[in-house]
Amino acid sequence: MNERNFGEVILDLKGISLSFGAMRVLNNISFNVRQGEIRSIIGPNGAGKSSMLNVINGVYHPQEGEITFRGEVRKEMKVHEAAGFGIARTFQNIALFKGMSTLDNIMTGRNLKMKSSMLAQAIYWGKAQKEEIEHRKKVEEIIDFLEIQAIRKTPVGRLPYGMQKRVELGRALAAEPEILLLDEPMAGMNVEEKEDMSRFVLDINDEFGTTIVLIEHDMGVVMDISDRVVVLDYGRQLADGTPDVVRSNQDVIDAYLGVSH
Amino acid sequence: MFYREAGEFKASYQKDQAILPIRQDRWFIWAIIAIAFLVIPAVSSDYWLGTIMLPFLILALAALGLNVLTGYAGQLSLGTGGFMATGAFAAYKLATMFPGMHILFVLLFSGAITAGVGILFGIPSLRIKGFYLAVATLASQFFLIWMFNKFGWFTNYSASGVITAPQMTAIGDIMVTGAHATVTAKYLFALSIVTLLALITKNLVRSNIGREWMAVRDMDIAAEIIGIKMLPTKLKAFAYSSFLCGIAGALWAFVHTGSVEPLAFDVNRSFQILFMIIIGGLGSIMGAFLGAAFIVLLPIFLSNAPHWFGLNIAVDLISHIEAMVFGALIIFFLIVEPHGLARLWQITKEKLRLWPFPY
Repeated sequence: MNERNFGEVILDLKGISLSFGAMRVLNNISFNVRQGEIRSIIGPNGAGKSSMLNVINGVYHPQEGEITFRGEVRKEMKVHEAAGFGIARTFQNIALFKGMSTLDNIMTGRNLKMKSSMLAQAIYWGKAQKEEIEHRKKVEEIIDFLEIQAIRKTPVGRLPYGMQKRVELGRALAAEPEILLLDEPMAGMNVEEKEDMSRFVLDINDEFGTTIVLIEHDMGVVMDISDRVVVLDYGRQLADGTPDVVRSNQDVIDAYLGVSH
Repeated sequence: MFYREAGEFKASYQKDQAILPIRQDRWFIWAIIAIAFLVIPAVSSDYWLGTIMLPFLILALAALGLNVLTGYAGQLSLGTGGFMATGAFAAYKLATMFPGMHILFVLLFSGAITAGVGILFGIPSLRIKGFYLAVATLASQFFLIWMFNKFGWFTNYSASGVITAPQMTAIGDIMVTGAHATVTAKYLFALSIVTLLALITKNLVRSNIGREWMAVRDMDIAAEIIGIKMLPTKLKAFAYSSFLCGIAGALWAFVHTGSVEPLAFDVNRSFQILFMIIIGGLGSIMGAFLGAAFIVLLPIFLSNAPHWFGLNIAVDLISHIEAMVFGALIIFFLIVEPHGLARLWQITKEKLRLWPFPY
């Protein structure tokens, strides 16, 4: 991979600790995300990776620690505010709107950008229709980008798993986010699907300049596409650095392969 | 063979986003509208128009209202009857307080008042979901009916608690309420309003607000993460749903029965409307109409069927058989297609596209 240039730090997490009752899920985690990079979070099951994403987009509120977003310390925010800050995400277990078509799912991703009033929408012809068509154009670009033209009118509940994952990525992209959080985008996929998804992730990063925070279990994929990797294990931070640094870290090797006692 | 979209190419998103993108569907709906406006009033007797078509239309409107809330926004409600009563009594108070007010404004404002009441009873929906919300809305049902019975102000202190609609005209001097209104005028008036509101509802559910409602219904946490605010979205659904139910209630009191007491909108009415949308199809405009047709028309068909076939059965036996057959048919349809008649219609169309080939 040739030398990549990253912007400044847009998301900085310092000393994040999160507990549910007596259960300590995250323990003093600190790392940052730079503009335009692909940042991976890895770790064994139960390491706290998904909790970390939930902290970033405001679903969980850490008891300790400080989150600095675009140079400002972020106060405790509500779940729906994350999208307004330019943070979009996909879920480990697909969270699509099952009764709606692919097109409608991705259109819903643009809900914050649609401004016409309820009355204008009731009348439809005129302002609301113009807005719909304008956003439809954007959505069609995403559909083209993800190569899902053939399924745009299909209810997503009927789509196979790999396609659903792709639609969910499309819905997140529709918001034109600055940071895209991907929670295991390649889980349960075969090699071809993983290759496709990796290509999409790289293309999103490359073409739109979107910063990507990625959780993934497939080490081959992570080491290939990430710029920097942070390793968690039982809520602790084991390592942070480039794939090469992380790969040779003794703590990481022990966590993944086990230690003989 | 005759139902194909092959060869119909959409050259603009505007055409692709039309309500009915397929040509045959457009013809079909225009034909239905033409039949409803022109043929039915011409060929039907007053009995058919007044006691079958009119309640069918009005209940379909109420079902449409509940379908917005339950079918599109996923909020189960058993307060439909209460909201219809609110619409009826609001219309009565408006019409008697401001005698010069045009009936369209009476309907509009009574719908708006009901929307306000709906918002009030929708607030708990932020915290409670599913069956628990249904029970909470059931409370609104009982509270509203109790309130209209308890306080004489709502009925202008009528001794019997019954409200009677004053005579009102729609266009020119064509009466649509009161004893002098012709059944045809009433039918066409109700039909126009129901058609207009169905169109508005369709516009809403295919726009951003409709997608937000369905997003909340299908996966509320994901909806929140993409920036949809829960409370305003749910309250908008409650407001618009109650708006439609309120207008349905006002039409019921003013145009259909002419005089009405709160008990006409008791919990049985709520259940009846709920059954309509379950049988017709949740989350479908067509479903509200099909469900209303099923619930309103089928019992009438069943009670008349033996007579048409020349069978001479005692009246009480017929009514018993009617209840049994009706119940059995409901179960049958729900087993055949749990997603309702609208889904059955959808499947028929999909099959028809391929016909005469199996796939």
